Amino acid sequence: MKTRLPAIPVAAPPRCAEDVLDVRDLRMRYGKTDVLNGVSFTARRGEVLALLGPNGAGKTTTIEILEGFRMRSAGKVSVLGADPARAGEDWRARTGVVLQSWRDHAKWQVRELLAHMGRYYAPYSTADVTRPWDVDDLLETVGLTPHARKRMRNLSGGQRRRLDVAIGIVGRPELLFLDEPTAGFDPEARHDFHDLVRRLADRQEVTILLTTHDLDEAERLADRILVLAGGAIIADGSAEELACALPSQSEVRWSRDGQRFVHAPDNATVFVWELFQQYGESVEDLEVRRASLENTYMALVRQAEQGAPCGLTAVTA
Amino acid sequence: MNPALAAVRAGLSGGWIELKQILTTRADLVGLLVRIGTLLAVMIWTRQTHLPGTNFSLGTATLASVLGLNFVVYGVVAMGDLLVVEREDGTLLRAKATPNGMLGYLLGKVVSTSGQVALAVAITLFIGVFLFTGLAIGSPGRWLTLSWVLVLGLLATLPVGAVLGSLFPSQRSAGPWWLLLLGGLSAISGIFYPITHLPVFLQWIGQLFPVYWLGLGMRSALLPNAMAAVEIGHSWRHLATFGVLSAWAVAGIVLAPAVLRRMARRESGSTVAARREKALRGT
Repeated sequence: MKTRLPAIPVAAPPRCAEDVLDVRDLRMRYGKTDVLNGVSFTARRGEVLALLGPNGAGKTTTIEILEGFRMRSAGKVSVLGADPARAGEDWRARTGVVLQSWRDHAKWQVRELLAHMGRYYAPYSTADVTRPWDVDDLLETVGLTPHARKRMRNLSGGQRRRLDVAIGIVGRPELLFLDEPTAGFDPEARHDFHDLVRRLADRQEVTILLTTHDLDEAERLADRILVLAGGAIIADGSAEELACALPSQSEVRWSRDGQRFVHAPDNATVFVWELFQQYGESVEDLEVRRASLENTYMALVRQAEQGAPCGLTAVTA
Repeated sequence: MNPALAAVRAGLSGGWIELKQILTTRADLVGLLVRIGTLLAVMIWTRQTHLPGTNFSLGTATLASVLGLNFVVYGVVAMGDLLVVEREDGTLLRAKATPNGMLGYLLGKVVSTSGQVALAVAITLFIGVFLFTGLAIGSPGRWLTLSWVLVLGLLATLPVGAVLGSLFPSQRSAGPWWLLLLGGLSAISGIFYPITHLPVFLQWIGQLFPVYWLGLGMRSALLPNAMAAVEIGHSWRHLATFGVLSAWAVAGIVLAPAVLRRMARRESGSTVAARREKALRGT
């Protein structure tokens, strides 16, 4: 089984010219509290990274340091080839930040505000990429065309959120930050939003770093999932890779003589073989389910909280 | 196009859009007219009273002085309050996340607040001409005086508003200070009654702030020259007016960028979220 190891112990990831994000040993301390103690990861162009973790794990701190909105205590951070703490306006033009709007620009009309924000990006237009994104096209993309003339304060929560996304991408960024983007979305809006994010990553090679509490969302959107707990990355890989890293997480269901059984064996393959050895054709309705991301996530966080995250490497090695 | 130039243009057009919004949003328009109306009511109240030592209407003199007070109402308080509110609601963070966004944002505020000062001055003056006697307007020299006082007044007050707006942590905590600032300054700046009738030490304090000089400048532009006799030093003191207002303008323009940068540096999604939580809990 070829599995990327979770990033424990924290080893320097191989440096790559295509790296859009390169974070090494990032540390953040508020007073005497260490919020981040040695976070390292990289992201390639067009990759979608989901940052998961319990509240207070340092997700928002991490993303704000990368956005250039927060100073770090220590560590090396390179975002689009520059240090966000010192990067200038040209760097800013290449990034997009989706902010959670509340009541700002209340009197502005949707289209008016989007066109206004777009003007700042016009000087950054190139032969390959026209900036800003055509306003009407963008409104269509985020599904706000029918509300183009509405004032901001008359938008519903979901509509406001879609406008936040539109403002975040109006400059056609190379790198997009999404902090809990779908909080408060209804299922349909969430689905549309997921489509949009995948389109941005797949067709326009936008690198996306998002934080979320929604594991389903992380699994659906992310090429890679980073689990942050206790101020460190305790796992780094795709949803499948994370599931494989924890062996005892598969679930086997079957029925025999009309009776249903559920078991979570250490090794599902061996268990199923033994099951047929023992009962043969009387085994019916067999299902082997890989651990859900939720199970994996809970197990990882629990392990980290118990201070024994290194068990993971031993298992997969 | 140069990115900074694009931001300047975006800022100017943004300010113009916001000024138009004030004129098309009922609550804003009513607020503007109520403020102008209240001050006009004070002038009408004192129309029959004479300026001490003359037979000139106190109401007419107050009209001119109040035009000077407008710079504090809009240039300092409205500008400062906008900065506090828009920091709280995330407008500023949006500007920060945009290339050269802070430059455009500030220019936009300069345009929209300057526009409000100009509107308040124009509306007050327009109504005043019909209601009050004794205004000496019409000669080019007086329009020239009005113009330079207007421009210098904006330069002297807008940066101060921006600096104060950066220092207050929330709209709630800023409110009483704005009232104190407005009330205190109009009391010691000879807006509603000649400054010469105040104790001498208060006259000195009043002359440290731009409001007195803006009132004086407006009186010099709108009242007959003979009225200079009741001012300190029996003169319009144009040179001193220019000097004090320029000093405030220079100090503000030097200080404001550093203070604004410091304030903007601390803005992030979580600071806005924290303030939002606080505001929602408080209401």
